[in-house]
Amino acid sequence: MAGRRIPGVTASSATDLPVLLAVDSRRLAGNDPVGFCRWLAALPVWFWPLAAALCVLWPALAQAQSGYTYTEATRALFKWLPFLVTSGFLFNVVISVMTMLIGTLAGVLLGLAQISVHTPVRIVAKSLTQAFRNSPWLVLLFIVLLAFPFEVEIGAIRIVIPDWMKAVFGLALPIMANISEVVRGAVQSVPSGQWEAAESLAYTRTQTLWQIILPQCFKRMIPPWMNWYAILTMATPLCSLLGVEELITLSRQAIEAEDNHPELLVPFYTFALLIFFAYCYPIARLTIALERRFTVKL
Amino acid sequence: MNTTQWTPDQPIVSMRDVHKSFGNLEVLKGISLDVRKGEVICIIGPSGSGKSTLIRCINALNDIQGGSIKVEGQEVHDKNLDKLELRQKVGMVFQQYNLFPHKTALENVMMAPVKVLKEPKDEVQERALKLLKKVRLDGKEHSYPGELSGGQQQRVAIARSLAMRPDIMLFDEVTAALDPETVKEVLITIKELAQEGMTCILVTHEMGFAREIADHIYFTDRGVIVEHGPPSTFFKNATDPRTQEFLSQIL
Ligand SMILES: Nc1ncnc2c1ncn2[C@@H]1O[C@H](COP(=O)(O)OP(=O)(O)OP(=O)(O)O)[C@@H](O)[C@H]1O
Ligand SMILES: [Mg+2]
Repeated sequence: MAGRRIPGVTASSATDLPVLLAVDSRRLAGNDPVGFCRWLAALPVWFWPLAAALCVLWPALAQAQSGYTYTEATRALFKWLPFLVTSGFLFNVVISVMTMLIGTLAGVLLGLAQISVHTPVRIVAKSLTQAFRNSPWLVLLFIVLLAFPFEVEIGAIRIVIPDWMKAVFGLALPIMANISEVVRGAVQSVPSGQWEAAESLAYTRTQTLWQIILPQCFKRMIPPWMNWYAILTMATPLCSLLGVEELITLSRQAIEAEDNHPELLVPFYTFALLIFFAYCYPIARLTIALERRFTVKL
Repeated sequence: MNTTQWTPDQPIVSMRDVHKSFGNLEVLKGISLDVRKGEVICIIGPSGSGKSTLIRCINALNDIQGGSIKVEGQEVHDKNLDKLELRQKVGMVFQQYNLFPHKTALENVMMAPVKVLKEPKDEVQERALKLLKKVRLDGKEHSYPGELSGGQQQRVAIARSLAMRPDIMLFDEVTAALDPETVKEVLITIKELAQEGMTCILVTHEMGFAREIADHIYFTDRGVIVEHGPPSTFFKNATDPRTQEFLSQIL
């Protein structure tokens, strides 16, 4: 009975007529607001042991060419592991959290400016958003690094700005721009009838925005916001290029301390990759779960 | 303050030669009409003839390019107009209900008086519960709009408007999105409101209902009022061919 299969079309059990699957046009257009988390959350369970095995097995394959054995490489990794996690990866987490805080604050303000009634404000906010959203993150990082002073003087006190703080500001720029878009998109996704109903009930524009519109889109903003947090966390190794002592910088230093054996590269960097994925994976699962719940509810 | 004080024997809504355009598209081409306090008027006409635009001008949801609209003697399109006062006086119900989905029925009704008019909460709550009862929704106070049928949502919307204690109610095709069974419950609510003396301006496609409750019917086509009169004469002795054609299609 089951006929030919047409891509994107399935036949339900009651009929052999093809039924068109519901497709989210935003996802097709590559504009999925939680695209990264959707991919990460969909990783199969066996990915994790496989990746872990790779960490250990790769040196085994490479050992034929070298006197340095994979047991030694693995032992080196385990020796450094607590240090890498507590001094390295935790620092990545700190950077990502601080960046997200600053980026969200600035992004919400910029997003609200994008829907301002004042045309100049709107134009400036829109240009800033587009500029920072579409610039390469690394370029933004370097600009902030070079443009910021090394120290600021407040009265008699001299405060030296550490590189990691500059990195936080640098990463906060694209996050700000993307959160700004999340806010604007969420506000504009509320049907115009809501504005009109509020207006006819004597609400002012500001009252409407804060009491009617924003509470409605708050939930809708959470999944894309979490998606940006996951993307940001994955991007924190960029800071190693500024010399910030985060996981990647420390891994490189650890490999150097272990005499730069090439067998060390794969276990160390695969471990770095894994720990990033492992940290973001639960976030991704939660994001997708929330996204499902919120879309069903509305 | 205006020098000429409005008194209830004058028209409560008075439109004179109102012109309204969206860009180059002239939608209202000189509309004049008077509504007296307690009157129910129905506006009918083909789709796109400007009915919605017309009533949205009355509470200044749309601005106008020419003419004058007075509500209780106050010019609506005056730049110094107190919009809060106008919108408190003129309630509006929409085709798509437009309830606030994140608030319960009761909260929907209470929000504007509490947040906008800054009235005491317990007083508003008492009034809101009465209103919900009046539109036969007691028991649904704590339901969210998503949990209510279209007809129920529309009645919450009516109660929400009434909570502002308006003098005039505008209804823009409020039954057009409902299925036939629920149309009736909404119409009954409006009818009761009209019988209590509320001034109502309705845009509707329900001819039977218009004939039953309207004191006066206006027929609009392409931005002008083609013909108007009380239902008895309007439905029987329509003289304009455009009215006749419209009525022959719809009746
Ligand atoms: N915001 C707007 N911008 C531009 N054109 C508009 C706008 N609102 C309405 N129009 C146009 O004005 C004309 C009249 O619209 P209106 O909604 O008043 O008609 P209507 O009589 O209420 O029709 P219907 O019975 O379909 O509701 C239409 O041609 C419409 O396209
Ligand atoms: Mg209309």
